[in-house]
Amino acid sequence: MIKNAFSGVALSAMLTVGAVSGANAADKELHIFNWSDYIDTSIIEDFTKETGIKVVYDVYDSMEILETKMLAGGSGYDIVVPTDRNLKRMIDVGVFQDLDKSKIPNLSHMWDEITTRLATYDPGNKIAVNYMWGTTGIGYNVEKIKAIMPDAPVDSMDMFFNPEVVSKFKDCGVYLLDSPDDVIPAALNYLGLPPDSKDPAEIAKAGELLDKIRPFIRKFHSSEYIQGLANGDICLAFGYSGDVIQARARAIEANNKVEVGYAIPKEGGLLWMDSMAIPKDAPNPEAALAFINYIQKPEVIAKATNYVSYANGNKDSQSFVDKAILDDPTIYPPADVMKKLYTTTPNDPKVQRVVTRLWTKIKSGT
Amino acid sequence: MALTDRSSGHSRLRWLVVAIPYLWLILLFLAPFLIVVKISLSTSAIAMPPYTPALDFTAGLGALWEQIKEFTFDNYVFLTEDALYWESYLSSLKIAVISTFLVLLIGYPIAYGMARARKEWRTTLLMLVILPFWTSFLIRVYAWIGILKPEGLLNQLLLYLGVISEPLNIMPSTLAVYIGIVYSYLPFMILPLYATLEKLDETLLEAAADLGCPPTQAFWKITFPLSLPGVIAGCFLVFIPAMGEFVIPDLLGGSDTLMIGKTLWAEFFSNRDWPVSSAVAVVLLAILVVPIMLFQRAQKKAAE
Repeated sequence: MIKNAFSGVALSAMLTVGAVSGANAADKELHIFNWSDYIDTSIIEDFTKETGIKVVYDVYDSMEILETKMLAGGSGYDIVVPTDRNLKRMIDVGVFQDLDKSKIPNLSHMWDEITTRLATYDPGNKIAVNYMWGTTGIGYNVEKIKAIMPDAPVDSMDMFFNPEVVSKFKDCGVYLLDSPDDVIPAALNYLGLPPDSKDPAEIAKAGELLDKIRPFIRKFHSSEYIQGLANGDICLAFGYSGDVIQARARAIEANNKVEVGYAIPKEGGLLWMDSMAIPKDAPNPEAALAFINYIQKPEVIAKATNYVSYANGNKDSQSFVDKAILDDPTIYPPADVMKKLYTTTPNDPKVQRVVTRLWTKIKSGT
Repeated sequence: MALTDRSSGHSRLRWLVVAIPYLWLILLFLAPFLIVVKISLSTSAIAMPPYTPALDFTAGLGALWEQIKEFTFDNYVFLTEDALYWESYLSSLKIAVISTFLVLLIGYPIAYGMARARKEWRTTLLMLVILPFWTSFLIRVYAWIGILKPEGLLNQLLLYLGVISEPLNIMPSTLAVYIGIVYSYLPFMILPLYATLEKLDETLLEAAADLGCPPTQAFWKITFPLSLPGVIAGCFLVFIPAMGEFVIPDLLGGSDTLMIGKTLWAEFFSNRDWPVSSAVAVVLLAILVVPIMLFQRAQKKAAE
């Protein structure tokens, strides 16, 4: 879920300027901190029109940035949008306040499937409301893959984890997410081990698998593959569903004859959720509740989905979602695929250190 | 009476002038550094902030002492137990030394040319060196991505000229990191070099020529030794920030480019281990203090 930082920064700067110029009463101001490139800005404008609350909208492009700010405290944000295992960790530390659900009547529209999964991280759904969710999977250049390997198993993690297959695409360019939280569970799952394993011996096995395919990987990066796929510079990327779908849209827009495909691995993939939560020290929790309620209006969250091409956690919004998106099995997967999607939980500090160290070793050979 | 008044006012003014930079250093260097040292002696915890003890100065001296007793050197011991850390320091050291040498190699002829240019040209040339600073450092590094990437300007040009038939994979790689550092820090080398070379007494070279010394020898016997203070200043201005560089290896470097700045980032953001990352920072500072002290000694010598 890491996107182009630049456009995000520019966007936030723009919105901040707009907000500051009209700001006089602090209680009429709402500070949101969200992933970059992740909202239709007209939603924010409409919210301000409806409620009179000015929105200062800042963005981050990595979960670590958000988590570090939250752990340091006093961030000044009213709403932040952490991803599942980071959400859990911050809940454990006590970063967030419980939601006053009486102020969010639109919660009645939420989708049980997603709410239940979210409860893995937020027991009792007391703290977070899902914004968007998606999968990690296989992004690929349809033509180039076909030219190199006509019978390529594009819907299988063999594309990355089978040395015989991935070696064929080495020169064409293979990217992996620079995120051990996404790649190591995928490797564990491929090996038939539990994807959420915390056993250092099993994690080491995933490391061995990754070491074997390391020579065929051009780069570990969490956003460059969007442009790479769209331009046709790379063949294959293990990435986030929405980012690959965005790459596909960019290629169509550029009319450069590049066709980008996305597949959820048939072995199963990670289902991640970005959810809104209110920090305990939020200056304006009332406005935060009003915004969460506003964005969960079925037609509003549908507008957000139509813009970013991610699925949302609001069941009733589906009648407002563009048909092309709703019927796309890579965005709203059918029930049998949904069943195979796994979720993961945070590592304790010791396991986290093992994972980070292993990751550095895989990337740098040291 | 009037005389003593004026002199005491004078010394008060002098005291003030000296105090301002010291205050600056205490507030913006010493205090943050002490906080980092303090965190490096703490233990990582799942809390806000993520370490213990978080010193509570309101609890009274006794309680404070109890907290201070919790301090530990474990994090420093930990750094010696994993090869990753010293290999990162070494790799950073290597990259910083090589880049400094390259910057000197490129910067010296430029500074020399500027100092020997006609007087009315010099200001313009100086402006041209400073001009890139008008754009953000980050934007300039991003621009290099546009130049070096596989489908970037450089490859397009070389392909067009027929020099290469396949795009070069310069970025991401350690080579791209060298290019980025050399480009970014070149002005820091040129400016002190230019300052010393411009002041150089040209009659010395004339005398050498009169005595039959060929120009290359005159350069090594006169110009270069006299420009040494500029060389040293430039080298340290490049070496010290290059050693701790994070942005350039992060944006231009490959996944296998090991630098201490990146290791520190992973420690702080991925492991959320503030104490260990603080220990990494303190050790880095210790490594840098040595060349800074050498630099000061060289400066003192030059002043004598």
